[in-house]
Amino acid sequence: MNTILETNSVYKIYQSGNLSVTAVENASITLRKGEFVAMVGPSGSGKTTLLALIAGLLRPTKGEIIIDGKDIVKMSDVERTRFRREKVGFTFQANNLVPFLTALENVELMLRMNKRYNRQTADLAKRLLIRLGLEDRLNNLPSQLSGGQQQRVAIARALVHDPAIVLADEPTAALDSERAFQVVQILAELIHEEERAAIMVTHDLRMVQFADRVIQMLDGKVARVIEARSEIEALAAIGQQQSPVQPQPHPKPKETSVPHLQPLPFPLPAFQPVGD
Amino acid sequence: MAWYLAVKEILRNRGRFLLFSLVIALITVLVLFIAALAQGLAEANKEYLEKLDAELIVFQKNVDLSTAASRIPRDKFNDIRRIEGVAEIGPLGFATATIVLDDKTPLLDVSLIGVEPGKPGMPPALEGTGLRSPRGYQTMIDGNVAKRTGIKVGDRIKIKTIVGSDEKFHTLEVVGITDGRQFFYAPSIFVPFNTWDSIKPQPNLNGQPTAVIANVVAVRIEPSVSPEIVAARIESRVSNVEVVDRKTAYEASPGYQAQQGTLNTQRGFTLLIGILVIGGFFQIQTLQKVPQIGVLKAIGTSNHSIAVAVVLQIVLVTILGVAIGSMLTFLLTLFLPAGIPILLSGTTALIAISTLLLIGPIGGMVSVRLALKVEPLAALGM
Repeated sequence: MNTILETNSVYKIYQSGNLSVTAVENASITLRKGEFVAMVGPSGSGKTTLLALIAGLLRPTKGEIIIDGKDIVKMSDVERTRFRREKVGFTFQANNLVPFLTALENVELMLRMNKRYNRQTADLAKRLLIRLGLEDRLNNLPSQLSGGQQQRVAIARALVHDPAIVLADEPTAALDSERAFQVVQILAELIHEEERAAIMVTHDLRMVQFADRVIQMLDGKVARVIEARSEIEALAAIGQQQSPVQPQPHPKPKETSVPHLQPLPFPLPAFQPVGD
Repeated sequence: MAWYLAVKEILRNRGRFLLFSLVIALITVLVLFIAALAQGLAEANKEYLEKLDAELIVFQKNVDLSTAASRIPRDKFNDIRRIEGVAEIGPLGFATATIVLDDKTPLLDVSLIGVEPGKPGMPPALEGTGLRSPRGYQTMIDGNVAKRTGIKVGDRIKIKTIVGSDEKFHTLEVVGITDGRQFFYAPSIFVPFNTWDSIKPQPNLNGQPTAVIANVVAVRIEPSVSPEIVAARIESRVSNVEVVDRKTAYEASPGYQAQQGTLNTQRGFTLLIGILVIGGFFQIQTLQKVPQIGVLKAIGTSNHSIAVAVVLQIVLVTILGVAIGSMLTFLLTLFLPAGIPILLSGTTALIAISTLLLIGPIGGMVSVRLALKVEPLAALGM
């Protein structure tokens, strides 16, 4: 399988006076096409920092980060912004969406930014949202959506522009259990169906059951990479037993209907880039 | 991209942005109104002198260029006229009078200005013939008098002057209407200099007839000589006179500088307040938008797009505000009574409006900087 992401001995060391804190130490991971990888670990284990490094939001102190054949460490700020726009799909814990754009416009934003907005791609954005169970929420503003709905809009936005890699930072942090499972399940499905590659950072071990591999971080290092299905299931079971402290459900309006998955409109048509 | 973000945000937050445009609109009204007042008052003070068809004005020496205090006796008229480089002179006399119309119309105070027919100081007649007879009881009225009273060429008007403690009435035939020629905050009527001399207000009637005295003398010079040289010649050859150009003359009018200075300071401060208000508003708004800007940057929006979007919003809101404000001011001027000295020429309005349009971007600079400094990681709490 094609390697989409490869990090080689990545370090992120924060220097503050004489004090230096190593947030990420010698991290070497890979991600292949069609893979949905979960990155787990306790708070402060460096998983979010590693994600930010992969996203190009941070510059590593040392090491290579090769995405789609290009070392993003060597890029200028402007190049990395452009790279993020074209090659990365991103979802965050909360406040994911641009508040003055509707659900559909938030997804279309990625197309507009990449100058790929046309009738065909707009249709794709709409179908993605429908696929995510938001057919009657297309023209709602984020403030009119629940946390789970917002997270699903963010997933659509992370996928619509045909990115090389999808990065999800704690997508379930603001959701109750039921919504959390739905969101991660559908993210995993979409990644698999479209042969994309995704890394999801989560502290909720139950969510690893949807992952193909699990990267365990500890003290800034990659402690273990779990590939065997049985071990992944076992880890998820531990998560179930621990029933981790639930984050507060999002105080936004309740979802009126549990999204039922639509018959698949996929595989999605290939992009026909406009202009460049 | 920047356009899309800027316009979408404005449209989705119409109320907030419109409210803010209204604040800018009110600032605009204030600035334009002060500008119009400054210009109107200045005009009311200087209009006649500014439009005078003479390059130089001869005052009595040591009267601080006060037209009221200055006295130039008749024997000096010829001395001035004979000086090399002087083409023509016109003695000018200034007084006040009141036009008495019918019982229903309120009295109108005017400047009663004595001019020599055909000589410098006599304004051009836009209607009628203008003054011709050197002694006739005829008058030319300025455009403001015509507008405010409806007096027409051929009418006979009654004016009142005060002699001693008595009111004296004179009837004058209107032989011409000129354009706006206000003097000392009053619209003007013009009479032949000799007539002016006999009907002007006097301290008393019982004194001996005084010699003919003008307040100042308007001097038109030969086209080939420089005004400075002629002024110097007059001052050296005619005793006890001071010669200045028109601008110096009207700027020396009592209170003119102080009044214009005050109004310009007010205008300056209003613009400054505008800059601070716009700066403050957009700064607070940008601070509130930090998470949103963080998301935009994280998903790959360039700094350039974000900065342009901020500037565009400020410019659009300012343009809308200034447009609303200008319309309000225009409507306001339509409903103001004629007596209020409001005048807004195209140039003044244009300068005021351009300055107002600039205050937005200037005030918004801080916000642009703030928006550019947003760190996506920190903004997203990652």
